[in-house]
Amino acid sequence: MSTIEIDRVSRWFGNVVAVNDVSMTIGPGVTGLLGPNGAGKSTLIHMMAGFLPPSAGTVTLDGDRVWHREDVYRRIGLVPEREAMYDFMTGWQFTLANAELHGLADPGTAAARALETVEMTFAKDRQLDTYSKGMKQRVKMAATLVHDPAVLLLDEPFNGMDPRQRLQLMGLIRRMGADGRTVLFSSHILEEVEQVASHIEVVVAGRHAASGDFRAIRRLMIDRPHAFLIRSSDDRRLAAALIADGSTAAVELDPRERALRVHAVDFQRFVTVLPRLAREHGLRLYEVAPSDESLESVFSYLVAS
Amino acid sequence: MNATVAAITWRAMVGRRRAVLLLALPLVLLVLAAGLRLTGVADAAVSRGVLGALALGTLVPLLGLIVGTGVIAPEIDDGSIVYLLSKPVSRSTIVVTKLAVAAACIALFAALPTLLAGLLMAGNDRGLAVAYGVGSLVGGVAYCAVFLLLGVLSRHAVVIGLLYALLWETLIGGYVPGARTLSVQQWAVSLTSAVADDGAVTADVRLGVAVTLLVVVTVGATIYASQRLRSLTLAGED
Repeated sequence: MSTIEIDRVSRWFGNVVAVNDVSMTIGPGVTGLLGPNGAGKSTLIHMMAGFLPPSAGTVTLDGDRVWHREDVYRRIGLVPEREAMYDFMTGWQFTLANAELHGLADPGTAAARALETVEMTFAKDRQLDTYSKGMKQRVKMAATLVHDPAVLLLDEPFNGMDPRQRLQLMGLIRRMGADGRTVLFSSHILEEVEQVASHIEVVVAGRHAASGDFRAIRRLMIDRPHAFLIRSSDDRRLAAALIADGSTAAVELDPRERALRVHAVDFQRFVTVLPRLAREHGLRLYEVAPSDESLESVFSYLVAS
Repeated sequence: MNATVAAITWRAMVGRRRAVLLLALPLVLLVLAAGLRLTGVADAAVSRGVLGALALGTLVPLLGLIVGTGVIAPEIDDGSIVYLLSKPVSRSTIVVTKLAVAAACIALFAALPTLLAGLLMAGNDRGLAVAYGVGSLVGGVAYCAVFLLLGVLSRHAVVIGLLYALLWETLIGGYVPGARTLSVQQWAVSLTSAVADDGAVTADVRLGVAVTLLVVVTVGATIYASQRLRSLTLAGED
């Protein structure tokens, strides 16, 4: 059992606070670290991997601090986001070198097995600088799996992957989690995290915004006030009809946009009420657009709550 | 010492465009030496001048800078050093191994060409060729240790190193007598003077002082670099 304990951790770079008083526990299975870009996910992951000391608080693996401890790398594997590898090597040489650096008894077998796990055996004798981004990502994973780590940390592993590569990687991560390893990966796409992680931690602007399984998180993200921009054949009549219904909290006629702004507090109800009311009053809907669907606004709502 | 780290460092050093520089600079020295020999001008005095100014004075610090920073700074810069640091390998092993590779490069691309150039120009007349070869080797390794440390400490290692070599050693060393005692260049000259025949090479720093400082600086820089590498932070892009 390998558990990472993040206890009231903060990290600042000069005046910028990247991580602000975050506490969380990462246990066996697959955990997804979700948050928009710049939320501090990468900073958190590098602190868990022992590459960045926290400015305040402690990061421990099974009770041992990870900073300044080289032997902790026997138990941890980090797949970094940055692409730079030793480009002059082939996939095989790179994976083998990583196995040798771990001091494994049989680096050749470990490297071969790792490359097979990520399905990169077919290209192992080609130089890394001839690889596509997805191939490089898989070799990075192989290099991280050679020593069979109990903890696997992946920093934005799905970046730049096409759908097929994404599916392959998701399957691999799920298998790692099912093996009993502690796997943590970061992403800013809820759907990616949903399909793989059994547990989700949401980080926004350096703060720990939410924690739970994907259903709980999705509910948090759906059951919030939504703002819509609507253009219809008679905005004022539509406004009057909508405000009479409990799903709507506010309506505003915007003369410049020549549209109706609606503030809906019950999303599920609103989406059925709107077309029904339009039909009942003989109105035609020309445009219905959400005006706060950005991830940032969703996340900000989570932080505010 | 770690064989894998050594292999990776060696391949990275000689495999890139940097290898062209490593070969080109000593080639200039050898071509000049050959030219002087062919024109019949070369003698012990000329040899001393060329080896002192071009080999020890220019080739060695430049190569020390290229090799010393080259064994570690590019990896830190592009982040690929994470593959060395995320292993249960001690940071001092990494630093010492990289310094060893740097020393091998210095021996091959600075010390050996210096020896050959000296032999070419005037044989081992007055022991100059061998003496400057030794001075280049030891001075080169000291430079590498210092610039390796610089590579760990700063992203601007090459610029700072150039400033040190140009401003401190050349300019200030030329005008401020005391500054010469704190110059890797001068320590190398002292060693050269001791190895060559008596009186063949004049040195401004006593041998005892020079050797002590060479050892202290080389070992000290290596220890400090290991410590700083332990505390190297990698932050990712988020």
